[in-house]
Amino acid sequence: MYNYDNYDKQMLQERIVQFRDQTRRFQAGELSTEQFLPLRLQNGLYIQRLAPMLRVAIPYGCLSSRQLRKLASISRDYDKGYAHFSTRQNIQYNWPILEQVPDLLAELAEVEMHAIQTSGNCIRNTTTDQFAGVAVDEIEDSRPWCEIIRQWSSFHPEFAYLPRKFKIAVCGTPNDQAATQVHDIGLYIKKDDKGEIGFQVLVGGGLGRTPVIGATICEFLPWQHLLTYLDAIMRVYNRFGRRDNKYKARIKILVKEIGAEAFREKVEAEWLHDKDGSATLTQDEVERCKGFFTDPDYQELDNTNQAIEGAAASDLLFSHWLERNVAPHKKSGYRIVNLCLKETGVAPGDITDTQMEFVADLADKYSFGEVRVTHEQNLVLTDVRLQDLYVVYKALKTESLATPYLGLINDIVCCPGGDFCSLANAKSIPIAESIQRRFEDFDVQKNIGDITLNISGCMNACGHHHVGNIGILGVDKKGAEFYQVTLGGSSDRETSLGKVLGPSFAQAEMPDVMEKIINVYLENRQDNENFLATYNRIGMEPYKEKVYANAD
Amino acid sequence: MPTLIKDGQVVDNPWCLLEKGVDLNAALSDKAEQIVVPFALWQDHKDSLMESSKKIAVWLDSEDDPYELANDVIDLPLICLNFPVFRDGRAFSAAVILRERLNYQGEIRAIGDVLRDQLFYMKKCGMDSFDLADGVNVENALNAFNDFSTSYMSTVEEPLPLFRRR
Repeated sequence: MYNYDNYDKQMLQERIVQFRDQTRRFQAGELSTEQFLPLRLQNGLYIQRLAPMLRVAIPYGCLSSRQLRKLASISRDYDKGYAHFSTRQNIQYNWPILEQVPDLLAELAEVEMHAIQTSGNCIRNTTTDQFAGVAVDEIEDSRPWCEIIRQWSSFHPEFAYLPRKFKIAVCGTPNDQAATQVHDIGLYIKKDDKGEIGFQVLVGGGLGRTPVIGATICEFLPWQHLLTYLDAIMRVYNRFGRRDNKYKARIKILVKEIGAEAFREKVEAEWLHDKDGSATLTQDEVERCKGFFTDPDYQELDNTNQAIEGAAASDLLFSHWLERNVAPHKKSGYRIVNLCLKETGVAPGDITDTQMEFVADLADKYSFGEVRVTHEQNLVLTDVRLQDLYVVYKALKTESLATPYLGLINDIVCCPGGDFCSLANAKSIPIAESIQRRFEDFDVQKNIGDITLNISGCMNACGHHHVGNIGILGVDKKGAEFYQVTLGGSSDRETSLGKVLGPSFAQAEMPDVMEKIINVYLENRQDNENFLATYNRIGMEPYKEKVYANAD
Repeated sequence: MPTLIKDGQVVDNPWCLLEKGVDLNAALSDKAEQIVVPFALWQDHKDSLMESSKKIAVWLDSEDDPYELANDVIDLPLICLNFPVFRDGRAFSAAVILRERLNYQGEIRAIGDVLRDQLFYMKKCGMDSFDLADGVNVENALNAFNDFSTSYMSTVEEPLPLFRRR
């Protein structure tokens, strides 16, 4: 984990003092609502449907057990005893009180956490693959590079008032788990034939009202130039991004309007000035950052374990959990354990204070005190010994954290929707629950196999519906809540955007609609084809026919 | 009461800013001796303006291209950058371009909707005087420049990023 030095600590304290004064001036009437808006947003504070909402950054998804305990105690002391993991590796509190937010931020700072730039028209939390540093197929650990970007983007004076929000993702694995191609900037870490690190740079990806897959503007940017190149992209966007229409203000619209090639030329022209300047990264700085992300004290262990195999043979649910929720690890004798926060009846991504403390304890005992947060709204223990898996599993079960359906249909990605969010057109949590109830039988889920089902309560697409194999979007039809279904989306290395199935449905119809779609897949799949592969082979028509069969 | 901050102090403003649409004759017959002309007037009548006895400065609106001043910066003692609304951040980049690309050594002034909470970032980007918007508490605004003790990234004010200093 990155550890703050005195510079980091001091800037964080200064930020809290600054925001405390801004809050005071707002309450004293010295700042108008309009003037206070971007200030509170850049400190993560929204005014929502029922109460303010505070979004806390979890930089590139890495948490220490100490930080997780602090998040738990904050949820108890300032909120209602729970919190929500978002699709951007952040955590959200739904019930803080405005006057108490500066105190809450001061508590976060005690564990080197903050809500800086988690909202507003600025550079947001940089996200990455949750398996960074432990993935078997990793090209390069993305975390040090994310930390370098975090520092560069924090309080960047030139880019705090952009046309719109700006999201950067970094991916160091061939199997993209960071939805890299649907970010404003996506960075794939590569190595050239000399083993030197560089970045494939994509720009203009994004979801929301106009979903776009990012375009590559640089195939290989040597690592030294990372920050100067990012500065150049940001400057072009800050100057030329549209400011006349909020819905056309993202960088993707600029890239589309002028074309990726013209955009690239503008960036290159701007970059020429900064290239090799003082912002050029140094080997020392990269080594310093890498030094925070060295391997923990692994033991030398066999990569098989008879006791675990025996437990799996006698405990069917444990074997399901092993198969679904446990991933291979780069180190022999270790495994990556995924905790699925998708228990039916609980809003996807929600976690209670006691669960957080419980996970923190488990992390201390079994995973070197670290936890990761995923953009699928789940948690990860990255370094669990193979021999400890059964103990960990049984412990997780006591807190309802061992649901064995990671990556199955009930592992639904879902925004808070109309129950909490003031932007939403429709509720999303009850839709998730009704679908989970329909597919509750684990054998049914297992038979369906790998699939992603993503739900957003509005066009802003926080639930990433465009890139779900099945996507559900809440829409407003003359004041009533309806749901549009898309099929064929994917956020992995072969990113694709879902296509609309047809006219939208009422809430009550959704479980039936899902079941019909799944049935078309099950009837048509060949061999071991997953849902997406079958869809890609047979196309939309069979799904359409089945779902709208009796409709006029 | 003066609302101009320069070098950490509240000072009188000797410059008279002329609005967009002013024509050359009106500009030259203005009673002020130091005038800030809109960018369009500067582009169309640079020579006539420079030949007059007045001191001439230019102001850019947020959509104006600072690179177009590339050949002029040597002649200008002051360039003003307008914030039509405080959340329009284009002038931050314009200031960086003037300082770092065009090597402009004169005064860069923030004008328009200039509020207390953006001053720190403006100064980091190379602006060095600030004509505050109506209603901004000047005393409080003077504190803004101390909001943070340092910055992570390379800025106009401190070109060495923190990683080269820590």
